Amino acid sequence: MSQLPLRAQLASALGRTAATLSRATGRGDGSVIGGRVGLLLEPDLLRKLAHEKKLALVSATNGKTTTTRLIASALQELGEVATNAFGANMPAGHVSALSSNKAAPYGVLEVDEKYLPEVLGTTEAGVVVLMNLSRDQMDRAAEIWLLAQKWRRALAGKPAHVIANCDDPLVTWGASTAARVTWVAGGQRWHEDSWCCPECGGPLDRAEGIVNADWACRECTFSRPEPDWILDGEDAVDPHGRRWRLDLQLPGTANRSNAVIALATAAAFGLDPQRALPRLREVKSVAGRYTTVERDGRVMKLLLAKNPAGWLEAFDVTRPDRPIVLSVNAQGPDGRDTSWLWDVDYRILTGRHVYVTGERRLDLALRLDVAGVGFTLVDTFGQAVTALPPGDIDVIANYTAFQSIRTEFGRAV
Amino acid sequence: MQSSLRIVWIYPDLLSTYGDQGNVLVLEQRARRRGIPVEVVHVRSSDPVPEQGDIYLIGGGEDRPQILGAERLRRDGGLHRAIQRGASLLAVCAGYQIMGSVFGGEEGQPVPGIGLLDISSGRGERRSVGELAAEVDPSLGLPTLTGFENHMGVTRLGPGVTPLSRTLVGTGNGDGTEGCFAGKIIGTYLHGPALARNPALADLLLRWAAGPLPAIDDSWYERLRNERLGAVLKP
Repeated sequence: MSQLPLRAQLASALGRTAATLSRATGRGDGSVIGGRVGLLLEPDLLRKLAHEKKLALVSATNGKTTTTRLIASALQELGEVATNAFGANMPAGHVSALSSNKAAPYGVLEVDEKYLPEVLGTTEAGVVVLMNLSRDQMDRAAEIWLLAQKWRRALAGKPAHVIANCDDPLVTWGASTAARVTWVAGGQRWHEDSWCCPECGGPLDRAEGIVNADWACRECTFSRPEPDWILDGEDAVDPHGRRWRLDLQLPGTANRSNAVIALATAAAFGLDPQRALPRLREVKSVAGRYTTVERDGRVMKLLLAKNPAGWLEAFDVTRPDRPIVLSVNAQGPDGRDTSWLWDVDYRILTGRHVYVTGERRLDLALRLDVAGVGFTLVDTFGQAVTALPPGDIDVIANYTAFQSIRTEFGRAV
Repeated sequence: MQSSLRIVWIYPDLLSTYGDQGNVLVLEQRARRRGIPVEVVHVRSSDPVPEQGDIYLIGGGEDRPQILGAERLRRDGGLHRAIQRGASLLAVCAGYQIMGSVFGGEEGQPVPGIGLLDISSGRGERRSVGELAAEVDPSLGLPTLTGFENHMGVTRLGPGVTPLSRTLVGTGNGDGTEGCFAGKIIGTYLHGPALARNPALADLLLRWAAGPLPAIDDSWYERLRNERLGAVLKP
């Protein structure tokens, strides 16, 4: 039996009806419209829905959707989990996720970085997971130093247990006002937003390396906290020094990092890696990311990359011997500004067979020309696929470019 | 000029939030394609700014790094000495505001700039975000500027500078003009890789440093320019 007051029950039920209509009419997966209808009828709905759940909020610039999925998979070991699996990461999406599974004792919510303070305030979540912060769609997103400052204010004085990546100085600073933090050495490949101390602005001295590399401010006392969990190559090392071979199906260092964070989060819910890890290994693709689609013998591996740090992680899981198709748009969800292309070092693609497409293919074409990377420009993704011989193809696309490829090749999840 | 062209990128650790590296890469490519040897120097904010550069670049960033950048440039003095020696400078967005007498800080409070341009900036009412197109001052002989702006700044130009351009689309300085120049210093709100969309502006900086330049193949630049200008300037 639901414990929600009648008005909230009604709001939640009407929201679900709207979501069903949205899916039935092919307008979307229903997670945003359903939540909007519910919130309109009962502004306090999210608080009420969150009230009786053990809840984790997951936020970062990159890897939110995947990590949310990994944590939700792990917690299923303990019981039912309500989660926003499709990346609808603002309050309407949260209402929709929680009301679609009201009986679930657990909730795992991906939260947009800007909305974290508000959503934490509303839900009073017991666990908050913070992974990385880097430049992202600057025409609409908040500036990240400011964002970390808002996280600090939101976490101060709250009982929430924070799981944070201490290899990212800005995340460390953002998390360090929390009452209780589990630090995870989860790695940071993109260093360009963390050469300066978030506390005093002084230079940060950084050890070489992507994962578990020490850093400290030259001018003040701000430095990397001692990690409780460490990603060490293919293994996670837990706070007892036990080593866990990850053996994920999801590829790349970034996903191993997401998995260690997920294990640390599961442990915060009392779930041992022994039970959590097999669940993480079952995850193959997340909302179409890392999925493989096939047409006429061309086997295409789809990677989503929305910002410079994301492109570095995507390059990490492509294979140098495969042709690669890059597709870039600049619609609202992508950010209308393509300046970020100049922050990505494309020279890693030199010598590969590169196809360039998407609505802003000319921006990318000039970028590659200046980088000295040879490429072929095509008007549509389909043309690239037809032009390539049968075999494996890597595909990297930003948000709406990725969605349009998925639409064309079926919404494989 | 020395044997190689020295391009100095100031404070990429503080002010390079929006693909500002693009300006360095475009200058480097366009010089090399003309057979001019290039040396690129990245100067972190903990290091002194060298005085012997030919072209200096400074980019955009958040409020706090902007304030830190201004303080360190003032304390360092290297950029001032380089400009006195005759070096040229492209200052973009937050870097543009720093060159003036004053700019707006995190809460809109006035923060002193470094006084290389006769301008003063403050915070406007709302953020200007979007495509910008502008007609360049005829004395510079450059085609229409195209780019993207993303700032809350309003900049007043003093008698010591000339507007770089008059806006056709977008906000720029906030009074119908965009950017400014004085001597071999150019300031603009066209943020990030402004030179990628305006290769003639890149060549102007190169000419100031290296003299007359032969033409090079501009086809990718031109295709991008035409598409972007076509998207905002309806016939």
